[in-house]
Amino acid sequence: MTLQKGDAVILDDITLSLERARFLAIIGPNGAGKSSLVKILLGIDHPTQGSVAVLGSPPGHHAKRAAYVPQLKTFDRSFPATAIQLVVSGERQAWPARTTAREREQALEALTEVGAEHLADRPLARLSGGELQRTYLARALVRKPELVVLDEPATGVDFMAEHDLNHLLEAYQDKTQATVVMVTHDLAAARHHATDVLVLNRTVVGFGEPERALSDECLRRAYGHVGHAHSGFVAW
Amino acid sequence: MVVTLFEALDYAFFQRALLGGLLTAVATGMLGVFVVQRGLAYLGNGLAHASFGGLALGALIASLTSAQGILREPLWIALPFTLAVAAAIAYVRDRTRLSSDTAIGVFFAVSVALGILFLSLIPPDDNVIDVWHLLFGSILAVGPRELVFIAVMAAMTVAVLTATWGRLAYATFDEELAQSDGVRVRRLEYGLFLLAAVVVVVSAQVVGIILLAAYLIIPAASARLLSTSLLQMTVLAVVFGVATTVIGLFTSYLADVPSGAAIVLLQAALFAVAALISRRP
Repeated sequence: MTLQKGDAVILDDITLSLERARFLAIIGPNGAGKSSLVKILLGIDHPTQGSVAVLGSPPGHHAKRAAYVPQLKTFDRSFPATAIQLVVSGERQAWPARTTAREREQALEALTEVGAEHLADRPLARLSGGELQRTYLARALVRKPELVVLDEPATGVDFMAEHDLNHLLEAYQDKTQATVVMVTHDLAAARHHATDVLVLNRTVVGFGEPERALSDECLRRAYGHVGHAHSGFVAW
Repeated sequence: MVVTLFEALDYAFFQRALLGGLLTAVATGMLGVFVVQRGLAYLGNGLAHASFGGLALGALIASLTSAQGILREPLWIALPFTLAVAAAIAYVRDRTRLSSDTAIGVFFAVSVALGILFLSLIPPDDNVIDVWHLLFGSILAVGPRELVFIAVMAAMTVAVLTATWGRLAYATFDEELAQSDGVRVRRLEYGLFLLAAVVVVVSAQVVGIILLAAYLIIPAASARLLSTSLLQMTVLAVVFGVATTVIGLFTSYLADVPSGAAIVLLQAALFAVAALISRRP
């Protein structure tokens, strides 16, 4: 699969497949095409050549079977809404004017699952980065997805929030056998939590089990030199 | 004073003004929520000025062709003219590297220049259009025909925005999230631009081109300051628009001041109060 925008090749001849119930971490330098790949998986963007299948269908075909946790930096703080309305939007696939008792119950369940039930009626503008991240995760989990796609969900949140996020995802996966695809800049998290790692730099630099994909060789090819991507990596 | 107010209600022109103002406030309030949340305040202003070019062209054509009756209405030209400008702004923004405020700025200036040119070509003794009314509004001069246009515009706005509200609000919150759930955000946005063009052209006759942006922005912005949900913001924006229109209209009747100015100044006062109430500790 290849994605071009004008003359620029964003993703070049990507070929890979992932079994269900796996945890894929996608890493790579800025501008490597990580977010573009996520958009293709969600059916927001389409490859210029080749084809992609998600859960056995074209991306976006069964929108409700997949769930998306976007980068927090795109969040519009001026939007008037409470946490629970955001969660209900994940269930309804539209913005709720009012929530039904049943929707509220399901949304509260999802918020409880991520330890954020106390935030339900708080305005989004008053949530911290970590609280917002939990709310977005609840929004994704409320529809009980078979695939969860996360784009750098930990950017802008503290270490503890990031740590919790990975554990929450693993717990959901244990319970439901869902597939997780997460773009991350955290190589340590990729090593610990992922079953598979994709090292991307416009094309596939490495793909496979963490030990193999995160070899010095692959990282050097993706980043130029080892240890550049994340300060934590050198310590590891 | 109460007697004077009831007296006002006896006049057909005042009843039409009140009804026209109320319908305009409902349509601009509902639309204004999306204008404010999407940061399109400048679009409202740009389209209002585009409608000036369109209304002037409509007036010129009516004057040159000596059209009679309903055909003499400049709206028939102004409507497609403003729709074309709205589509052109959306197109330029999507297909070039220019931002929408740059695109709006260009079309804004061209439309006003064309408007001035068209108006200068109308014979001075032809009263097809009153420039003063066009710029500053003429709510007290709303005729039965204008009232029908306003009613159709308001009904259309309420119907379209009610039918698309969930999707439009979702795309307004986060375009990509909405897209990932199959919402066709580009199509919705074009629809919103075109609806804005219709609302602006028809409302321009009531509140005037210069003050139109106030109707689109101030009630919704005041509502935003006091709301915790988009539905609440929508309801409040409509309530604020309606309340300021009614009070402004009566004030202008009693104090003999221009109605458009009275309404907008009331809206500004309401905004100031909302800003004070919502001030963070």
